[in-house]
Amino acid sequence: MLRRLAHELIEANQGAEGLVLVGIQTRGLPLAHRLARLIGEIEGAEVPCGALDVTLYRDDLGRRAPKSLHATDVPVDVTGRTVVLVDDVLYTGRTIRAALDALNELGRPDRIRLVVLVDRGHRELPIRADHVGKNLPTAYGDRIRVLVEETDGQDAVVSEEVPA
Amino acid sequence: MTQQPRRPSAPDAGAPTTEAAATTAAAKTTTAATTAAAKTTTAARATAAATPTPAATPTAAATATRVAPLTHLLGIDELDAAQLVHILDTAEQLLPIATRERNTVPTLRGKVVCNLFLEDSTRTRISFDLAAKRLSAEVLNFSAKGSSVSKGESFKDTALTLDAMGVDCVVVRSGSSGAPRQLARYLDVPIMNAGDGWHQHPTQALLDVFTMRRHLGDLAGRRVVIVGDLLHSRVARSEVQALNLVGAKVSVVAPPTLLPPEVERWGVEVVPSLDDALPDADVVYLLRVQRERMHRAFFPSTREYQRLWGMDGRRLRQLQDHAIVMHPGPMNRGVEITGEVADSDRSVITEQVTNGIAVRMACLYLLLAAPAVDEEAGR
Repeated sequence: MLRRLAHELIEANQGAEGLVLVGIQTRGLPLAHRLARLIGEIEGAEVPCGALDVTLYRDDLGRRAPKSLHATDVPVDVTGRTVVLVDDVLYTGRTIRAALDALNELGRPDRIRLVVLVDRGHRELPIRADHVGKNLPTAYGDRIRVLVEETDGQDAVVSEEVPA
Repeated sequence: MTQQPRRPSAPDAGAPTTEAAATTAAAKTTTAATTAAAKTTTAARATAAATPTPAATPTAAATATRVAPLTHLLGIDELDAAQLVHILDTAEQLLPIATRERNTVPTLRGKVVCNLFLEDSTRTRISFDLAAKRLSAEVLNFSAKGSSVSKGESFKDTALTLDAMGVDCVVVRSGSSGAPRQLARYLDVPIMNAGDGWHQHPTQALLDVFTMRRHLGDLAGRRVVIVGDLLHSRVARSEVQALNLVGAKVSVVAPPTLLPPEVERWGVEVVPSLDDALPDADVVYLLRVQRERMHRAFFPSTREYQRLWGMDGRRLRQLQDHAIVMHPGPMNRGVEITGEVADSDRSVITEQVTNGIAVRMACLYLLLAAPAVDEEAGR
């Protein structure tokens, strides 16, 4: 699936030129690294890849316990580049809104694209992904978790139904 | 602490297939009957739990679940080791914000932080001020001089006035030990202690431990030598407690007149001479000679203090190659530290100041981005 997403990205961008992949902490990061490597292999080029923590830009601060912060580390200047945001699950869209704000502080990209592994619907903001690994219809309260080898020891998507 | 994810060792070609299969299974699950879904879910969770988890960020992952939330920051003695490490880890992520072109984040927009400074301070107040501003909070500076306090208003009335104005957090510096705790009784908002009398100066200790950790890594078993006026020093009290929490070994060296009674019960080793303590030291922490708190002679002369307890170039050369020299500031050059030492590459004193902002940002974030206490209990 990632290989297909990598090909889609290359096609949309007409190559790897000017691309920088930015994974949203925490599960988007390993996915971004893998995509960067795949694109690099296909195109024979080094694709820069960084991490973005959006916690400080969230709109639900004060509504729940403060989350642990993770690194924000984008190795190149994003100004003038095409930034590909990578996340595991697209749900309400609020994380992506925060990510756009966070990215804005780092510079002014030419364009920003969004890649997600799973789109589970239930958007609360006018946000859509440019490339989706899998559309996964869910009920609003369900929990969808993406497990990745790097942090969870296996690759899987786990759907948990929460009884009403 | 490394934040880089481990590269998967297996060839990547296998990964998409596994993902696709799992996704399909999950998709089916959601449409299947509830009982079946529950079973599949349990199975999937069991597998996940049974698989050894090489976490890329073990500290962050662990702290996310186990750390007790902060309600105030009154003293290091009220923190446990997990909370202290959580503050330092948070500060680590906030540190780079200062060096960005845009050095603020919108996190605490609309919150009001009041700096209530009843005792003179420049660096601590400015540091708190900047920390709050980098998080986009509003800052009110309230100092004793030129305020209602100089007109004779009581501490309690000042506190109630601030409460009535609706501040979200009070940072208090006072010459009286225990003033921050008193304030915490009067107000329902988080209180941060910015130094109270001889008692505590928790953010100083946190920024010091943070600085040590950045230079030395894990502090467990490291040797920190604290030199100077331990009797009057709130910094030393907080410092020793923080170092004990992270498992460092602490030695103290001071004129006998400036050692608190029963200092051994702090969990430190008293070393009679500075020269004996230096060869083992990973950190030499020099305390300021606080002339304003000394109402009688504790040592014969400044010259004698410098000769016996001061850090100079000769002593600097007795240190191990990796050892660092620290000072909470403001320094008395030529008394507890010579210019040569202060300006040497072993000195991390200016770094302490920079780190102080990040550590104070971390404390403000953890105190103010949390839900109000009663709100949380209501859910």
